Amino acid sequence: MTAARLVLALLWVAVTAYAVFGGADFGAGFWDLTAGGPRQGRARRALIDHSIGAVWETNHVWLIFVLVLVWTCFPIAFSSIMSTLYIPLTLVAVGIIFRGAGFAFRHTVSEVPSQRLFGAAFAVSSVLTPFFLGCVAGAVATGRVPVGNAVGDPISSWWNPTSLLGGTLAVAVCAFSSAVFLLHDAVRLDPGGDDPAPSDTGRAAREDIPLVTEHRDELVHDFRVRALATAVVTGVIAFAGIFILKADAPALFDGLTGPALPLVLLSAAGGVGTIVLIQRDHVSRARIAAVVAVAAVIWGWGVAQYPYLLEGSLTLEQAAAPTATLTAVAIVATLGLVLLVPSIILLYSLADRDLLEEAHVDE
Amino acid sequence: MFALSLPFVGVLAQAGSGTTGAAVAQPDLWSARQQMALSLGWHIVLSCLGIGFASMVVFTEWLARRRDDEVMLALARRWSRALAVLFPVGAVSGTILSFEFGILWPGLMGTFGDVFGIPFAMEGFAFFIEAIFIGIYIYGWGRLAPKLHMLCGIPIIVSGILAAMFIIMANSWMNHPDGFTVDANGVVTVTDPWAAVTNSGVWIQFAHMLLAAFIVAGFLTAMVYTRPLLKGSKLRYHRLAFMIPFTMAAVCLPVQLFVGDLSVRWVGANQPIKEAAAEAHFPTESHAPEILFGFPQPDGTVKWGIVIPDGLSILTGGSPDTVVPGLDSVAPSDWPPLTVVHWAFDLMVVSGTFLLLPAAWFGFVWWRKRRLPKPRLFLWLGMAAGPLAVLCLEAGWVTTEVGRQPWIVYNTMLVTDAVTAAQGIRYGYYLLLVVYTGLTVATIYALRRLGQAPLPLSARPEDRPDPAGENIGDDDGDQVGEPGATSDDQTAAVPAP
Ligand code: HDD
Ligand code: HEM
Ligand code: HEM
Repeated sequence: MTAARLVLALLWVAVTAYAVFGGADFGAGFWDLTAGGPRQGRARRALIDHSIGAVWETNHVWLIFVLVLVWTCFPIAFSSIMSTLYIPLTLVAVGIIFRGAGFAFRHTVSEVPSQRLFGAAFAVSSVLTPFFLGCVAGAVATGRVPVGNAVGDPISSWWNPTSLLGGTLAVAVCAFSSAVFLLHDAVRLDPGGDDPAPSDTGRAAREDIPLVTEHRDELVHDFRVRALATAVVTGVIAFAGIFILKADAPALFDGLTGPALPLVLLSAAGGVGTIVLIQRDHVSRARIAAVVAVAAVIWGWGVAQYPYLLEGSLTLEQAAAPTATLTAVAIVATLGLVLLVPSIILLYSLADRDLLEEAHVDE
Repeated sequence: MFALSLPFVGVLAQAGSGTTGAAVAQPDLWSARQQMALSLGWHIVLSCLGIGFASMVVFTEWLARRRDDEVMLALARRWSRALAVLFPVGAVSGTILSFEFGILWPGLMGTFGDVFGIPFAMEGFAFFIEAIFIGIYIYGWGRLAPKLHMLCGIPIIVSGILAAMFIIMANSWMNHPDGFTVDANGVVTVTDPWAAVTNSGVWIQFAHMLLAAFIVAGFLTAMVYTRPLLKGSKLRYHRLAFMIPFTMAAVCLPVQLFVGDLSVRWVGANQPIKEAAAEAHFPTESHAPEILFGFPQPDGTVKWGIVIPDGLSILTGGSPDTVVPGLDSVAPSDWPPLTVVHWAFDLMVVSGTFLLLPAAWFGFVWWRKRRLPKPRLFLWLGMAAGPLAVLCLEAGWVTTEVGRQPWIVYNTMLVTDAVTAAQGIRYGYYLLLVVYTGLTVATIYALRRLGQAPLPLSARPEDRPDPAGENIGDDDGDQVGEPGATSDDQTAAVPAP
């Protein structure tokens, strides 16, 4: 059991990392979608490019890692989920193609029409992908995925009140965390912001993103409003969701109001804290509060459902691969993390010092 | 935990899909296989570029800085932009594969996920490292100190190669599975999760794959620059852009043919039916002929093939008396689709061998005269080498994968036992067909746009002919760029890939 719990915890860390970092990248796509026409939206889109350009692929790998961990450590859960939920998951896969390719191509082409086309692919799929992932989460959490090869209902398993709630909430959460992150990035553009003064290299690099720097105050204002608004909207959705869960998913509801209650409250506190901190212009700290709010939701869901991997039908113990495999995964993960953690820190710290910025080809 | 959960796993596995020998009624099996083939066949080209092309970019940057060569540096910079397009596309196409493993083959993953999952877990970390350093490398160009920047290139190369190795471990495990037991009810229990990693088939297959990655990336990149060269461009930039990748591919090719030969022997010893199908070889016999192309018939003959008497026996064992196991050693229901495998194999071997022509020509002229061969025919061959290398690659994979049929896990689990029971799979395939078509068009379009962006002046100090130049003289009267100007912003109107 210990080995199974260990890999489950590892899995959940990866899910959380994907929800927080990958989620914010999807949220950036949401803000891209709503940034306005090519002219008004230019500065906002430049900020978005600047923020996620160098890091989104790394954040994306968390998803791959999650899939691999599930099929290696909990093969039956993997085959049951993937086969029953093949419709939303196929749409997720397509969404991932459009998002990644759209973003990459938008950088490369210079004509406005094709930029808009690729930009639209990026933005629309950034909204649809988390939505369907949220539906999948809802399906698993409500016990609509039975054990077996495509045994669950292909439609109603993921098209039901809880799944739709999950999808909507996922989009809202992504938009929220992304707005906070973008706000932070915009504020940071000014040496007088609440961050420590940037290094010389940092300042030099700024000159390469004139569009963003020029509109800095506007951008700060924009994303301040957006962060506050989505914090409220997300809170309202979550609150309304309580009633949906009570009616549609009693087991999950009991879990969330039982063992997982502290985490649910923590998440709410994180959300409120974000609002307060933004209003007091403590943007760095608001970012942390936002991360706490998102992470606590993920762990709240996990705790509420524990020990079931598939709610009501498959427990951790039944799903876990034999200890030999779990041990092997633990060994690989330990060695891997030793390499991964410093590399990720390097990436984020370079990005935070604005040392990673792609020049456009035709500039 | 292990003892406790075992009965559960057994019961669950049977209730679900986790046993071998539980055929699923799936009218769309064909679409599922086509979908898998499409997405794998697409991904493999991009991943070869992710390995071979990425390595070349880093190498070129290193060489340029060592020689203080502006033109070469501009080339590396331009290539790094192409990488910024190719890498994400490769990454998303790989992600789709991970989804498809579950969406299409839940029987495989539910039963064997814990048996051959370890290489995938290792691969996950390789992807992380690759994605992180690609991000740093591409976006940090010109911002990080050159030494640090090049240092960040090394993990890209290493993790790309490791990613290929890990995935080959998984594939090679599917071809000769190990590390588990199957009981009388068909319930599978893992005994050694490291078996996939230590699998003896890995090394040859990995070497063959890695060389293929460099060959494909080299010839494909060189192909792009045959166009300006055919149009008479005298820019050193174009010559370098052709020569660096072409050399890489040409050096790997002879080694590849040698490794390919090892591969054949290995497959012959371990998967005799795949080998027999590849050679369209029916009766187990000595004096077996080598048959090129042609159409295998159900009655055990091959129509319209080119027959080399005793060829197969000699190739296999060095003597006409070598007995080569044929398809007749198993029931026809266990045969893979013969025509596909046979043609795929022959196409790989024939086009791979044909590629020697431009490679050897180039090698010879370079050795004697330190320049490119002059005849235009050479450039035409160089252009054809790109698609031909991709053909080899795809054909090789078709040989491996289709040759494994009807097994998804060789001699252990049938594809029909692994496939999903979900209905309407074909619509997913149709959808992906459209998506991949669009993706192909968009990728090529984006790369071409990138190629049309004007070259930086620093890449065109062409008024001085370089030592390898055949034609002396002015190009088109362009001014040399400012000394030391490396910025990409300084552009002039020479469109060039
Ligand atoms: C540029 C690419 C390329 C070239 C020139 C060749 N091959 Fe190849 N071949 C591949 C690229 C490839 C591959 C990367 O597509 C495969 C598929 C699976 C693998 O590991 O490598 C492959 C597989 C593959 C297999 C099946 C291995 C298995 O199923 O485990 C055999 C027997 C050969 N090759 C043999 C040859 C021979 C005899 C060649 C030349 C005379 C040759 N290959 C040239
Ligand atoms: C990237 C290069 C690869 C290509 C081009 C390729 C090609 C193919 C093709 C053509 C098929 C369809 C076979 C048929 O239905 O007749 C197939 C099936 C499959 N391949 Fe591969 N393959 C590749 C690599 C891999 C690797 C590395 C793995 C696993 C680690 C893998 C796993 C599978 C699975 C699970 C199937 C479906 C079951 C089956 O038809 O056997 N493939 N592949
Ligand atoms: C022999 C066949 C394969 C080789 C050589 C290969 C190699 C690679 C390489 C080098 C990359 C880095 C991305 C890039 O260069 O564009 C990559 C990406 C990826 N591949 Fe493959 N791959 C193969 C087959 C597969 C299969 C069968 C799967 C599915 C399980 C897979 C899953 C992935 C994933 C998920 C990524 C994305 C990683 C990221 O986000 O960085 N690959 N592959």
